[in-house]
Amino acid sequence: MNRQAIVAEIPRLRRYARALTGDAVRADDLVQDTLERALGKWSLWRPGNLRAWLFSIMHNLFVNQARSPRTVEYPGDEALQELPTREYQGDALELRDLTRSLAKLSEEQREVLLLVCLENLSYEDAAKVLAVPLGTVMSRLSRGRERLRALLTGSELAETHLKVVK
Amino acid sequence: MISQSISEQELHAYADGRLDATRRAAVKAWLADHPEMRQAVAEWRIQGEQLHCAFDPVLDEAVPARLTEAAKPASRLPLRMAAAVAWLAVGGVVGYAVRDSAPPAPQPSASLARQAALAHAVFSPEVRHPVEVDAAEETHLVAWLSKRLGAELKPPRLSAQGFELVGGRLLPGEAGPVAQFMYQDARGQRLTLYVRRDAQDSRETAFLYAQEGGIGVFYWLDGRFGYALSAEMEKSDLLRVATAVYQQLNP
Repeated sequence: MNRQAIVAEIPRLRRYARALTGDAVRADDLVQDTLERALGKWSLWRPGNLRAWLFSIMHNLFVNQARSPRTVEYPGDEALQELPTREYQGDALELRDLTRSLAKLSEEQREVLLLVCLENLSYEDAAKVLAVPLGTVMSRLSRGRERLRALLTGSELAETHLKVVK
Repeated sequence: MISQSISEQELHAYADGRLDATRRAAVKAWLADHPEMRQAVAEWRIQGEQLHCAFDPVLDEAVPARLTEAAKPASRLPLRMAAAVAWLAVGGVVGYAVRDSAPPAPQPSASLARQAALAHAVFSPEVRHPVEVDAAEETHLVAWLSKRLGAELKPPRLSAQGFELVGGRLLPGEAGPVAQFMYQDARGQRLTLYVRRDAQDSRETAFLYAQEGGIGVFYWLDGRFGYALSAEMEKSDLLRVATAVYQQLNP
């Protein structure tokens, strides 16, 4: 394994972690843990898809953290509403809806959606990263997309919307 | 109307641009007659674009130094060579051979460094109770810690490096008790040696260096023990002490 190759993956790992956790500091902690774990386990790495391998390490860490009682929760609506609201319209508002809606997906759905739609992993690679069968990836993707669609267009956000733009 | 059935999986693959030309055309034709699904597919694509709009800016952010640091392989120089290098380096920066293509070596987990730094941070500022057993009762201290760790343990002498033993304490570790020896120099600067019982098999690793919140830690595995030496000191000074510790443990 070559250090430059790992360093080159850091921006992608950060993007994925940011979307996954919704929190910049927690995301970078996750990236740091991933890098440390990857170096510790580098003798186990076989030439292949380095990115997918790093994502799989991150997935394991993320799942373990989510199980641990000390987990920092995905920021709730309260935290997100502390952002300035008045000057934001249009894109920024959509972006916040998106962040908030992502938080409402199950972690499993969020992971699949982000690996496929944001990180552009093949369905097969996503299945390897998450250590689940391909069919599971497809059903999580399907449910995640539909749920996100319902959240973004449906009634679930309507109330908060009114609160934000009033 | 296309009679051929289209699976939901294919609709997702279509939305993600992952179908070959033949299937893409088939799905497109099917969607022409299914406006609801066409709408759904369009929205899935918009979701993807929104995700990129929301999170692609992260790609352009400057990467925090702690992350590039974390991607740095630690020195894989054999320990004895590292020690020799340290002896040769007179007050200068110690040269580290960092080789990307080095053969696999056993690695003490980073948790060793982290736990040691944490224990250092907690106890080294203590004025009244820095240790459980004072160095004045060294025989008792050694017997007690050796018994609890289940192996003979002896705090190294660091007088030549300007540090005197203050005492020691027992701490809970991840996999059993851990011993911490504390040393202090004439200026009151403290360093701690954290000793953990590791795996049974005899292993030896290079010195690894980590920094945890201003505390420098050199850590390594040697035989059945994992060692971590922590202090708020210059890396080169700490390496000098770590080398002395290592040499005394391996006469």
